[in-house]
Amino acid sequence: MTTAYEPNKVMATGKYDVIGTRPIRHDGADKVTGRAKYGADIQLNGLLQGKILRSPHAHAIIKSIDTSKAEKLPGVFAVVTGKDLPKSKAGDTADFGLGPQPMKYLRDNAIASDKVLYEGHAVAAVAAINAHVAEEAIALIDVKYEVLPPVLTAPEGIKSTGNAILHSDLRTMEGGAPKSGKTNVASRFQHKMGDIKKGFKEADVVIEREFNTATVHQGYIEPQNVTAVWNNDGRLHIWISTQGPFEYRKALSLALGLPISDVKVTPMEIGGGFGGKFPLYHEAAAALLSKKANRPVKIVMSRREVFEGTGPTPGSYIKVKLGAKKNGKIIAAQGYLAYEAGAYPGSPVDAAGMCIFTAYDIPNVVIDGADVVVNKPKTAAYRAPGATNAAFATETVLDEIADKLKIDPIDIRLMNAAKEGTRRADGPVFPKVGCIEVLEAMKNHPHYKTPLKGKNVGRGIAVGFWFNAGLQSSATVSVNADGTINLVEGNPDIGGSRASLAMQAAEVLTIRAEDVHPSITDTDNIGFTFGTGGSRTTFATGWAVYEAANDVKRQLIERAAKIWGVKAKDIELSKGYFKSKTDSELKMSFKDLSGQLNETGGPVLGRGTVNPPGVGGAFAGNIVDVEVDPETGKTQVKRFTVVQDAGKAVHPSYVEGQMQGGSVQGVGWGLTEEYFYNQKGQMANSSLLDYRLMTSYDLPMIDTVIVEVPNPGHPYGVRGVGEVNIVPPPAALANAIYDAVGVRMDRLPMNPAAVMEATWEQKRGKSGAKAKATKKK
Amino acid sequence: MAQVFIPSLMQKVTKGESQVEVPGKTVREVINNLEERYPGIKDRLVDGFRIKGNINVAVDGEVTTLGLLAEVEENSEVHFLPAIGGGALSLR
Repeated sequence: MTTAYEPNKVMATGKYDVIGTRPIRHDGADKVTGRAKYGADIQLNGLLQGKILRSPHAHAIIKSIDTSKAEKLPGVFAVVTGKDLPKSKAGDTADFGLGPQPMKYLRDNAIASDKVLYEGHAVAAVAAINAHVAEEAIALIDVKYEVLPPVLTAPEGIKSTGNAILHSDLRTMEGGAPKSGKTNVASRFQHKMGDIKKGFKEADVVIEREFNTATVHQGYIEPQNVTAVWNNDGRLHIWISTQGPFEYRKALSLALGLPISDVKVTPMEIGGGFGGKFPLYHEAAAALLSKKANRPVKIVMSRREVFEGTGPTPGSYIKVKLGAKKNGKIIAAQGYLAYEAGAYPGSPVDAAGMCIFTAYDIPNVVIDGADVVVNKPKTAAYRAPGATNAAFATETVLDEIADKLKIDPIDIRLMNAAKEGTRRADGPVFPKVGCIEVLEAMKNHPHYKTPLKGKNVGRGIAVGFWFNAGLQSSATVSVNADGTINLVEGNPDIGGSRASLAMQAAEVLTIRAEDVHPSITDTDNIGFTFGTGGSRTTFATGWAVYEAANDVKRQLIERAAKIWGVKAKDIELSKGYFKSKTDSELKMSFKDLSGQLNETGGPVLGRGTVNPPGVGGAFAGNIVDVEVDPETGKTQVKRFTVVQDAGKAVHPSYVEGQMQGGSVQGVGWGLTEEYFYNQKGQMANSSLLDYRLMTSYDLPMIDTVIVEVPNPGHPYGVRGVGEVNIVPPPAALANAIYDAVGVRMDRLPMNPAAVMEATWEQKRGKSGAKAKATKKK
Repeated sequence: MAQVFIPSLMQKVTKGESQVEVPGKTVREVINNLEERYPGIKDRLVDGFRIKGNINVAVDGEVTTLGLLAEVEENSEVHFLPAIGGGALSLR
């Protein structure tokens, strides 16, 4: 079906009064006037400035640290090293969802004790009267190192022996048990379904390719910052830019050996995170400095420190083999993924393994994966962790199969698309998902139907999957006498969650979104709430808000029943009015009843706590047009459309913002971004001049299509919207580059040098960059 | 009885069986019954009174945070999946 072109289309399903509208965000005025308080804005009496001494080496043994000169420098109040952290005993572990890991790993990543494992690894910290004195003191600390050979890629790490082993105690976990022998491979997994040999044997077309992707950073504009006060009563209070206040509370309590209730975390406004503002970095050092100096201590990272001292998303090596019948039906898929964990175990290779073929219904599948430690910063989450690398591999091989079989690239995906009842290779069966709906919206979009014009232009498409998350959340709602409500929750607002949560409360109570006053509080003042990540906030905290608002609704109906002398079951709330179902004379506005709380029993406070099932996985797809300069290899994006299943878009503007933001980051990942290392493992481009993020000058307006396939597991059908949009862009770009100049890209980023190299390799007939079989235009 | 899907790299404990039928009304009972049939598998799945931190349990396609306490129906599917890492979110 052809539809007229409509930019930023919302294919809405469910109809609501508030949900699906576009009210002004509640924090808008503070943000645009500069009144919103970020971590770097914190000012406290007696505040000291902290600085971190970082390792210049990627891999080295610390032989000695002499801090005496720094301690004597006037204006210096405290110096700390790894020795100031509690000593980690053998067997002490910390579990952040990947199984028990040695406590030493958590503490050593905060401040190294015996070895440095990446350039930028914290070695010591200073608190001084100002940042200049602190920097001078840092320069006076004398560290003696024994430099070791660095390991910089997963394939290198797999082969490492001798002094290239990062951790002497690391053993490969495989099938729930450790294997013997020192290694840099932290874990391996395998998913298997059907008969892979039979599948490939029966396939008419089999294509196998290898891919390498570079380490990239989330690129949030606000650097990490922390202010710590270790009070005389023994309690630690930190103000911080974070996605996860409760995650920081746990990490600090473990790293510092404090009871969890002795740590209070106040999240400030956040200037981007994208997954990167969960892990512990300089916060433990700030706390120790505060304790030693008996003063508040603030540390704000420089951009270089952000690049070299915080967690990027991993580089990877991936091999994908697909087998299809002549009609395009994929009957066999095999994948091997080796992801860089960084200095300590925990890359997102497990998630990648569960996403790599998940968009498709394939009967015979084998997926192997390895988590490999290397001499780079410990990796952190980045929108749909691991899935973008994996989709780059699968979606380009699938494109090659479609090209070989002369099948439209959307049609081949539709033919194989996952749907309700499809069994994933990792085992579970899909509930209702929107892969087909996303692909159909792409196929029907005017962008896909518009012919390309000009030389060296091409069009590519790709799709991607991400799970999204649920997990625990809490919220409270209190009623004000003027008919407004206060909503208190614990998720830092990265992308409009104040609005999306307030709107769910407003929908339940049939009031305006503007009559809800949302606030985000600290870890002492709200029940446990997992962080803003995993695309979970509008889903899970939204559900807690829904419960809290329904609690208020129930109590207010009881108050109205008391006033009217009728039964509560005979009263309903509709369009801002409490009404008797049996007597049309009995009607009172939400505002009027809110003004009668004192005489009907006192304040009304609703609460909601959830640990919800019913998480809805999501699909997104891209159509992208590029022009490639055959002389320089530069790729220019000419047109970009992103289609995504939101389940239900609570506030479509912020869903569109997430879709556009994730797409921009995906394009940067695809075309320009990379950690460029020298042979010593030192990053050569740790500034935003040399680490090339996409800007508005590089891109056209990104068109969005919101598809709504309601998630049956949420009261309003919400899925998550923050992550899956970053999954397809590199693959769609690679397919577009191929369409433009006939070169198959097998590496990220696909910057001018990479495109030219692939072109030359193709001319020389090397594998890796494959010539186009038949020119389509 | 519940259909239990054994992770590929644990199938050496189940003598190559990838899918087994096991009675039990909770994940705890299912694992205990699995252990009776395939000694050693519990050590790979359970740490004390909890599912190991690097494993997620999914019952009927739904990853549950209830771990050993999660309820299992007569014909439920039980999967043991890798916990999603990458520094994102801890389930505990």
